[in-house]
Amino acid sequence: MLPLKLKPEIFRPTRRAFLLGAAVAGTGLSVSFRVPGARAEAAAEPNPFNAYVTISPDNKVTILSAHMDMGQGAYHGIATLVAEELEADRDQLVVIGAAGNPKLYGNLAWGGVAQGTGGSSAMFSSFDRYRKAGALARAMLVSAAAKQWNVPAGEITVEKGVLSHASGKQATFGELADAAAQEQVPAEVALKPRDQWKVIGSEDFRRIDSRDKSTGQQAYTIDVKLPGMLTAMVVHPPLFGATVKSFDPAPAKAVKGVVDVVQISRGVAVVAENTWAAMKGREALTVEWDDSAAEKRGSTELFAEYLKQVDEPGLVAANRGDVDGAMKNAAKVIEATYQFPYLAHAALEPMDAVAQKNGDVLEIWGGHQMPDLYQAVASQIAGVKPENITLHVMKTGGGFGRRAVTDADIIVEAVETAKAIGWKAPVKVLWTREDDMRGGRYRPLFVHKVKVGLDDAGNIAAWHHRQVGQSILIGTPFEGMVKDNIDATSVEGVNDHPYAMENFRSEITNAKVGVPVLWWRSVGHTHTAYVMETMIDDIARQTGKDPIELRRALLKDHPRHLATLNLAAEKAEWGKEMPQGTFRGVALHESFGTVVAEIADIAMDDKGGFKVERVVCAVDCGTAINPDQVRAQMEGGIGFGLGSVLHEELTLTKGQVDQSNYDAYLPLRIEEMPKVETYIVPSEAVPSGVGEPGVPPIGPAVANALAAATGKHVRILPFAKGLAA
Amino acid sequence: MKLDINGQVREVDADPDMPLLWAIRDVVGLTGTKFGCGMAQCGACTVHQDGVAIRACITPISDVEGTKITTIEGVSGKVAEAVQAAWTQLDVPQCGYCQSGQVMAATALLTDNPKPTDADIDAAMSGNLCRCATYHRIRAGIHEAAKVLG
Repeated sequence: MLPLKLKPEIFRPTRRAFLLGAAVAGTGLSVSFRVPGARAEAAAEPNPFNAYVTISPDNKVTILSAHMDMGQGAYHGIATLVAEELEADRDQLVVIGAAGNPKLYGNLAWGGVAQGTGGSSAMFSSFDRYRKAGALARAMLVSAAAKQWNVPAGEITVEKGVLSHASGKQATFGELADAAAQEQVPAEVALKPRDQWKVIGSEDFRRIDSRDKSTGQQAYTIDVKLPGMLTAMVVHPPLFGATVKSFDPAPAKAVKGVVDVVQISRGVAVVAENTWAAMKGREALTVEWDDSAAEKRGSTELFAEYLKQVDEPGLVAANRGDVDGAMKNAAKVIEATYQFPYLAHAALEPMDAVAQKNGDVLEIWGGHQMPDLYQAVASQIAGVKPENITLHVMKTGGGFGRRAVTDADIIVEAVETAKAIGWKAPVKVLWTREDDMRGGRYRPLFVHKVKVGLDDAGNIAAWHHRQVGQSILIGTPFEGMVKDNIDATSVEGVNDHPYAMENFRSEITNAKVGVPVLWWRSVGHTHTAYVMETMIDDIARQTGKDPIELRRALLKDHPRHLATLNLAAEKAEWGKEMPQGTFRGVALHESFGTVVAEIADIAMDDKGGFKVERVVCAVDCGTAINPDQVRAQMEGGIGFGLGSVLHEELTLTKGQVDQSNYDAYLPLRIEEMPKVETYIVPSEAVPSGVGEPGVPPIGPAVANALAAATGKHVRILPFAKGLAA
Repeated sequence: MKLDINGQVREVDADPDMPLLWAIRDVVGLTGTKFGCGMAQCGACTVHQDGVAIRACITPISDVEGTKITTIEGVSGKVAEAVQAAWTQLDVPQCGYCQSGQVMAATALLTDNPKPTDADIDAAMSGNLCRCATYHRIRAGIHEAAKVLG
């Protein structure tokens, strides 16, 4: 299915890359489809006016973002960084996505070798790059003004997009932009010291796309309209791994508005004049499938197999001390098995892309989360040189990891369909909700089994952690970064947990299943944090310790974790008496360099049900570039994570996905959203990310609150299933 | 077929069974109304029919002839303005994809019930999914708009 043959380099993780989990993906791509030497840290500074900022005569400042925006606010963060140093006015800023030059846009958290958005790394990668771009551009504007006005540059001040001199001379950025772009790029430029920041860390620099998104003006890929454009719906195999045997295009072609029916590598595309005609055409089409190589197991069979495998030794992913010896001598052993289902990203904008070729130039509109990969894939399909492929990076209606897809699925469909109709028209491929939910690339199904040995005093003597689940990276172009068959995205959150314990072993068995999997907002942490944090809570419960006190004792050497935990405990008034029928639980987890503590308060009803009423969240994400956006991501991450543990479950029966729409796959709705209070740990450290780290702690915090009420931790997810088990 | 969309009557050449959503988006060319599920499960396609919130994805155009359809591009008046101002002031949207539908649903709610409680909001907005889970701010936005409207 994958047309792409990349030669991934051997992955050599830096500490940062290791922390990043999903983000490390980029490292494997590197030079296999990029000219050697295309490093982000080039000798000379790129001209900011070509690379990162363009200023038009109408005084608009357009910032070219290296990171795509799926709602997490990367564009706004980058705009803030540029505005700070450029001294631009908020209202003159526009941000668009850039692509096609890793030298300028390579993700610095991945060593700068490839462009991509993921692993909550956009602000880490952008912090110096975009401040520097803003500062260089300002210096060049000042230099141009100094020449025109014949005054020393040092006497010119810049504020809110206007350059001024005491003589009364004034000019807008727009008036000086052309001259500034011709200036020599300064070899060095000083960035503002922190105490002079006006917009970084400010509550007043409000998100610049809120108005457009509240008035229907924000355009997404689904809204792209080109002259003569056709819309295609693709019939996909009903089972993962099935292929087209035969089909009769006639009934679909007979539908009014259907223009063409063509076979592509991933199915059969029905191309029509509009969406409705494409839908009706596709309904009329019958395809015979060859399912001889298809995955035919269901979730029940997979869980049964995993539960067997988890009793067998796996690959050793981490080993410290002597777990077996310490376990033998333990006074007490706590053992628990956990089951996590497949999860769908279920972003509200279904997968879509638009492809158009004119002459030698191919243009692709889409949520290009890994543009270099998509460019390489498209180049191979279309026979167009990468430099002749323009990627229009669209904002997407959610994403949660789904648009960073290793086989470039939707891009392949758009380019192949446009090619199959002879490039006679631009083609938009749009998935329906059913296509999206059944289209694969799920958070992998996982089983964990944990044995914790306690000594006489109730201290942790040994921790043995075993997992069975599919690797996200093995079998993809990113396989080169998997070392000794250990996929870091499977064991992140377990191997690098912060708790003090001398004897610790982590094992992983990579399940071989034909269901395509992918990173899903916070990746491995979606399940590892749940297990770690409910186990710690269980230990506290079984040894009569307060769950916060126990964590404090185990985190003596982790001041960031301690400070974050303490802030949450203080704000939630941990330890105060709870009203009748209400209970609370805490969880703490680091992911992607950000530490988050969440305390969930739940109210039990008289039928054994419960509602999460309030969540107090503390976050240490280094420097908070936009405090309100940090809060927004915590709120959203909590709602997203809460929905996943309460109801979300993607199941298969005989290889076929059971759910197809939001009537059966159940993300959180408003009535289940708790009140959220977020507190940011003051920090001057380099920013880490906030897109994902709010997600992992909420599940275990709620599970721990429920255990406070019932004495039992839910270990089969989602709760809807685990509570009934 | 004649459709009255945002106060403008337009001749729409389409199958009578075409859902209003696709007529608005593909034929009329107004793309603020979004496609999310196609079966009235997510509310991204919410528009007003004679002032009442409906799901355009399951409403055939034959059902709306002779009625007034309002989309996010055409919604106006004190209530809608207050909702959109609150949405902007509180930075409610994240990805924003569902927000046209949220704004249309919130406007319909506040038109009927100028002082909704949290429970009223939950009941009225439950059909509008937000995968970014901006619900916390949607609630706050509705309360803020209600306050401004007095």
